[in-house]
Amino acid sequence: MASTQDGKVAEMNMLARIRRIPFWSWFWFILGALYFILPLYATLKFSLGMERDVIGFKAYGRAFEDPEFLSTFLYSNVLALMTIIASIVLIVPTAYWIRLRLPEARRIVEFITLLPFVVPAIILVFGLIRIYSSPINVPFTEMTLLQPLTTFEVGTDILIVAGYVVLGLPYMYRSVDTGMRTVDVRTLTEAAQSLGASWFTIIVRVILPNIRAALLSGALLTFAIVVGEVTLASFLGVPTFGPYLFLLGQHRAYEPAALSFASFLLTWAAMGLIQLFTGGQGQVSGAH
Amino acid sequence: MAQTALKPNAPLPALDWKKWLGVLPFFLFALLFLVLPSLRLVIGSFTNNDGQFTLANIIQLFEEKSILDAYWLSIRVSAVTALGGGIFGFLLAYSVTVGGLPRPLRSALITFSGVASNFAGVPLAFAFIATLGRTGFVTALIENLFGVNLYKQTNFDLYSFAGLSLTYMYFQFPLMVLIMAPALDGLKREWREAAENLGASATQYWLRVAFPVLLPSILGSMILLFGNAFGAYATAYALTGGRLGIITIQIGAQIRGDVLHNPGLGYAMAMGMVVIMAVSLVGYSWLQRKTERWLK
Repeated sequence: MASTQDGKVAEMNMLARIRRIPFWSWFWFILGALYFILPLYATLKFSLGMERDVIGFKAYGRAFEDPEFLSTFLYSNVLALMTIIASIVLIVPTAYWIRLRLPEARRIVEFITLLPFVVPAIILVFGLIRIYSSPINVPFTEMTLLQPLTTFEVGTDILIVAGYVVLGLPYMYRSVDTGMRTVDVRTLTEAAQSLGASWFTIIVRVILPNIRAALLSGALLTFAIVVGEVTLASFLGVPTFGPYLFLLGQHRAYEPAALSFASFLLTWAAMGLIQLFTGGQGQVSGAH
Repeated sequence: MAQTALKPNAPLPALDWKKWLGVLPFFLFALLFLVLPSLRLVIGSFTNNDGQFTLANIIQLFEEKSILDAYWLSIRVSAVTALGGGIFGFLLAYSVTVGGLPRPLRSALITFSGVASNFAGVPLAFAFIATLGRTGFVTALIENLFGVNLYKQTNFDLYSFAGLSLTYMYFQFPLMVLIMAPALDGLKREWREAAENLGASATQYWLRVAFPVLLPSILGSMILLFGNAFGAYATAYALTGGRLGIITIQIGAQIRGDVLHNPGLGYAMAMGMVVIMAVSLVGYSWLQRKTERWLK
């Protein structure tokens, strides 16, 4: 009698335990994990099979040795750095000033920072090309101030960095603004002013160090957007990594797969660092 | 500058406009590289080849079948991936937040979603070619396991609507996870307890409390996913080489060379995209405000 009851209790415990295992949660999670991993695994597997019957890193060696890879990748990194610097120089003083003196400008500035969501990269580059492919004149005269920006290298560099600043604007602005919310900008400013600091000193030596985590996460996100970017680069004719990878894919098989996997690792590194600095707050972008 | 520094809290009303000088560089930048380029496209779409005002481009936009097809294809791809990615992403976010999975899986999923939602463009296209292309890993796997060749025995093609949608899903559902996980965290424990105390079942709690609270957030996020796919160019271009005529690829062709033989029509095509994106953003922010009533 007692033993059958024990048996029943044990059985019920078992059932309860099985019921407590969230079957559907596991199901969706595993499906999601497969969706994440399969394309990466397939790319890695393919990239390792360059030599017949041998698993090896030959494709990686070939890809990284190509001088054109080195130059385009370097170019992309330099552009990313320029974009990050330009974004910080443009956005930090603006966000600071709004917080300190000009709260009435908040709405309009926030509206502008959302505009890049409405104007995707392909539209932005369309507009940029149409505007800056004619020479810049002194207003109301025929005197040419500057050759069309699209016709010389420094010109297209300026255009592409400006375009990237625009694409990164929503993320950078939000990062900086959130960063400033957590520090008492007004008190810091007054303290610095009472010690005789200039505006430049206040921003560079007081505000910037206090929002460095936010800046870093904005910067890494910008980096992730810029390094693989294709749309702006290919239409403006700037020799960066994105268009190079695209062209490589037209006439090679293994090296592009190797570089694709490598850029996945790079994205992961950037995102991992963001996680580290923002304490697990995921960030999202959208330069697809 | 130094003058204002001396009296920080006493701005003279007469000098009020000077405050605006501080944000002038930002506005100037936005004007030069965001507003003017967009305005150029708007003006261009209302101008004919002789530079006069016309509505012909806008009218032609609705008459040209190839353009309408391109919009429609883009809308379909974006809607399908927004809906599919939205539902799948929600279920994933649910399973790691309130679904009872171990805590470490949650941070793993969030990290991976952050990476995947940023992993797009050419590398993503190549990854999917290695996965679901003619000789792709999964294509071969399915043939070995089930004896079905996707390309010979079914209509599947990676370089088509279905293939592009599957590829877009790779950055769509992670984006949903990233947005929904915090929203699901925002469901208050008290609501569930109150519902249970009043005798509600788990299903009733979800249908009548949790889901209505989450609905604006879910719909808003799906709109965001829609815009995310609608504006995408590089992934589609790298995947299909420009053969699949979604609207961004058509616009790209128009930028490269005036394929429509009417620049104004190209501008109108671009403006049409901006209008659709703007409508989605308005819808998104409206839903966002509704969300904030319950979830902050």
